[in-house]
Parts: sequence; C-alpha cells; structure tokens
Amino acid sequence: MSTAVVQHIAKLANIPITSAEEKKLADGFTTTLGVVDQLKKLDTSTVEPTHQVTGLQNVLRDDGIDRDRMFTQEQALANALHTHNGYIVVEQILDQE
Amino acid sequence: MGTLNTLTLTDAIRKLHNNEITLDALYADVNSAVSSKNSALNIYLAQDKYAEKSAEKGTLSLLRGVPIAVKDNFLTVGLPTTASSKVLDGFMPPYESTVTSKLKKAGGVIFGKTNMDAWAHGSSTETSDYGPTKNPRNPEHLPGGSSGGSAAAVAADMCIAAIGSETAGSIRQPSAWCGVVGLKPTYGRVSRAGVVAMGSSLDCPGPITKTVEDAAILLNVIAGQDKYDATTSPVQVPDFTKMLKTGVKGVRVGIAYIDHEKLVGTPAAKAVEQAAEVLQSLGAIVDRVPLSQTLKDNTILTPDYAIGVYTVVQRGEVSSNLARYDGIRYGHDRTHFGDEAKRRIMLGTFTLSKGYADKYYVKAQQVRSLYIQNFRQLFSRYDVLISPTSPGYALKLGASKDNPMFGELEDMLEEPSSITGLPGINVPCGHDKKTNLYLGLNIVSAQWNEGLVLRAGYAFEQNTYWNSWLKKDK
Repeated sequence: MSTAVVQHIAKLANIPITSAEEKKLADGFTTTLGVVDQLKKLDTSTVEPTHQVTGLQNVLRDDGIDRDRMFTQEQALANALHTHNGYIVVEQILDQE
Repeated sequence: MGTLNTLTLTDAIRKLHNNEITLDALYADVNSAVSSKNSALNIYLAQDKYAEKSAEKGTLSLLRGVPIAVKDNFLTVGLPTTASSKVLDGFMPPYESTVTSKLKKAGGVIFGKTNMDAWAHGSSTETSDYGPTKNPRNPEHLPGGSSGGSAAAVAADMCIAAIGSETAGSIRQPSAWCGVVGLKPTYGRVSRAGVVAMGSSLDCPGPITKTVEDAAILLNVIAGQDKYDATTSPVQVPDFTKMLKTGVKGVRVGIAYIDHEKLVGTPAAKAVEQAAEVLQSLGAIVDRVPLSQTLKDNTILTPDYAIGVYTVVQRGEVSSNLARYDGIRYGHDRTHFGDEAKRRIMLGTFTLSKGYADKYYVKAQQVRSLYIQNFRQLFSRYDVLISPTSPGYALKLGASKDNPMFGELEDMLEEPSSITGLPGINVPCGHDKKTNLYLGLNIVSAQWNEGLVLRAGYAFEQNTYWNSWLKKDK
C-alpha cells in the first residue's frame, strides 16, 4: 500500500497522522493485507455472507419515550469540553453570509 | 493481615452467608492486596472509595457484597471509564452498563476498573494508554489481553471475581496466561449495552474468575435478554450452577487444532492431549478431529483463515464504532488515538471503502459462513471441542511492540469460535514450575451451550491439579 493511499484513508477516517507515520502505517497495512489475502484460497462463489450470528430478525422496540434513559441537561453536558448557555459549542462548519 | 482475598467467589458467598467471615475483614484483605501490589502490576485504573459502604447494601443478595473487578470498557456511574484510551481520559459515564447494573442488583460491588488494551484492541494489555499491566504470576511477562487487567486482578487476588469482554480471545487468552478461568458466552447471551463498542457483531461480556463454579455463578447474574441491546437473545437462560457437577460421562469430545504446524510438539499441544486423557478417564468419548485446509465433513477448518476474517470484520466494525469520538459531546479529539487504534480505524476504513468492500469485507463475511457450516456439522458429531487457548505460555513484556498482527496470531485458536458466536471457556491445564506460568485449555460448544462448556470445565478442573485455588492433597 502506498503512502498516497494512506493519506487518503487518513482523510476519510479523520485521523491526523504525521508524514513519519505514513510510511510505517503503509508497511503495516501491506503486511496485514497479505494475511487477509489468504482468504482468496477458499472458494466462496456460492456462499452467502454472514453479518450477524444471532438469527434474530427485525427486533423492534415500542415507539415511546423511556424516561429511565433520559438525561437531564446537566448530565448531557457534563462531559463536553466546551459549553455555552446550556449548549455544546461546536466548530463552525457553514460560512456566514 | 488475613488471606480472605484468596477466597473463591463460591467460598466467599458461602462464608458471608454463614457469618463465618465479615465483609470488613474481606475488604481489609482485598484492600491490603491492592495497596501492596497495584503500583507494581498496574491493574486498577480507578477504584471505588465507597466500595465497602455499597457492600453493606448487598449483604442479603446473592453476591453478598463481594468486590468485583470490572474491565474499564464497561460504563460505570461514579467511576471514570476510559477503555484505557486517552481519548476518554476523565470521562464520567452518565449511565450504567447493563452488566454492572445487574451485578449491583445481585449484591455485587464494582470494586474497581481494570486496565486493558486501549479500546480492547490487542492481546497484551501493552497498548493501554496508561501503561502495561504485568502478569502477577511472573511480572516479567505479559498478562495477555485485552482483558489483561481483569485476569491479573483475579490471579493476584486483588478481587474476588472479575468481568471482562471478548471480541476474539480477550477473555480466554489473558485467563490462560494468568492461570485463571475465563468464560466467553455465546454472542447475544449477555448484553453489550453500556460497553464501549468495538466489534459489534463479536463483542461478548463474560466472567473471569478463580474457578469454573465462580464463572457459572456470575454468568447466572449477567446473562439474559436486554431491551437496551437488540442483539441479545430471547433464548431461555438456565441456572448454570445446576448442571455443573453432573460430570462428562458420554460427552463426545473432539480434540481440535493440535495438528496445526504452530502447535505440533508444543507444551500446549501436549497439555491438551493429557487433558483429553483426563476427560476420557471420566467417561467422555474422545476423538481427534483432523485439520483441513478446505471445508470438509468431519474435519475442522484451519484457524488460519479466521485470522483474515477477524482482521477484516473487526477493523471494519472498529472504524464505524470509533467514528463517534469527536471530542465534542464527551472525550477528547481524534489526535488522542494511540497507534493501534489509528491502525485499526484506518484499515477498517480502507476495507470498507468503495472498490474494496467486495474484495475484503464481503469475502471475509463469506468465509465466516464457511466456519459456521463447519461448526454446525462438527457439533452434530461432537458435544464439545477442546484445543489450547493460546499457542504457548505468556510472552515477555514488549513482545507486542511494533507487530501489527500480534493479537491476531496469539488469538488464532479463539478466532473461529468468536466469528461464529460460540461459547468457550479457558481452564488452566498446565504449569511451568520454573517460570510459574500457565497453559490454558479452551473448551468450545454449540451456541447457547454454556451449560455443557461449564460442566466439562468443572469436571476437568476438579480432577486435575492445575487450578491454584483448588490445590488439594493427592
């Protein structure tokens, strides 16, 4: 895997990496994908993929409010680094026009 | 100082119930073990200062107020929860995980939170952002992971019992390396609600304990359908302590994987052969299951492919689950991820990205189906399969460094049963007197068959001398 691909993935995954890390990560991924490539040896052309093993289907809950699970405003804000007037402060993502 | 901290859960409950011991004395001994050993072994990341006070409230319930160590990826109100990552440094959960809330309701006390590989990514507890935990049996060696802190807390008698979680090996492998019992339940048997999500189609909370009976007691407490986790099953939960002591007469046991090139002639393979003889002498019908490179009836598919399946599925689920850590609502921003988390998030992002998802992700999920077919066929012929839990004894500190596939290779014997959601238990099955390190036996059965896994583990444990809490005169 090239460092260019690593840069692209880092952007997709929103993971800040340094240029020194890029090469190391690329080498590590190449090793790991080499192990994964062993899977090609098995013929799976007629096999359905398994996404979950429980066999459960369409597990639904009542469409109602569970008051036991509600946070107070204080609880909801307790772990946020930046708050203002009872709101969580986030970075601006829209231009002011 | 006394030695009440060395009591098994079974004995502690009985003695508290009969007023043979007091909670004060029990806590004094556990606290004393913690103060003398924790700074050297680095097991607890946080401890409940009011544990003993909470214990008094539990005295009339099943668990009688005993101190339980819980892996730091279970949300606990009043105790910081970090999953051993600096991203969650200082995080105080606003709600309680289902598992810890069930333990509390049953009279257990969440005594402290144990160190782990950061985000449970690893098999060494060396990738913790709070430093490695050392193996109490021999501090030059790793405890295994990712539930290394919980397994070490049990081995060091710094709790009466513990809770861990397993995605592939994270309960059983550290239990093997620390010489304790670890049970990975069937996927869906125990709720994941309030557990820091890692591989959502794989994660299983479970007990790490001194004896098999202790594991059965804790599984009784934590198992069952939960409205907060839609993947928990409505399958009935039996009383796991009831069938425990009925022996293994007529139980069909298959010996798996010891023909694998990494195991041939190893102490781990020999220990499993001896374990098979013990089970046979107790009336089990024992047979060797041939290893196969392709799917074939009456053979077991090599665990080699499960490494690839697990690697792709787990990293894919990690990339999705760890996307939520933005440092806005809670925790710190994404610059705080350690190397292993970065690697896993990025590889998962890659294998799920456009153009690669079919090649990697779908392929892995198809091979996962092959393992399910393989086990389904084998469990029509065998009741349980046994193998080594780990290819060897605990490795030395530093062994996991700069090895992007360390965990996958150490856990390869658990991965087939993990990707297929099967239950398995580790029980000690060998001991090296020179290093004081242990080998573990992995006993696996069909879905929802924890009862049989526990029964076989109990029969083995009671008829051998490997369990350090059950040493009896020959």
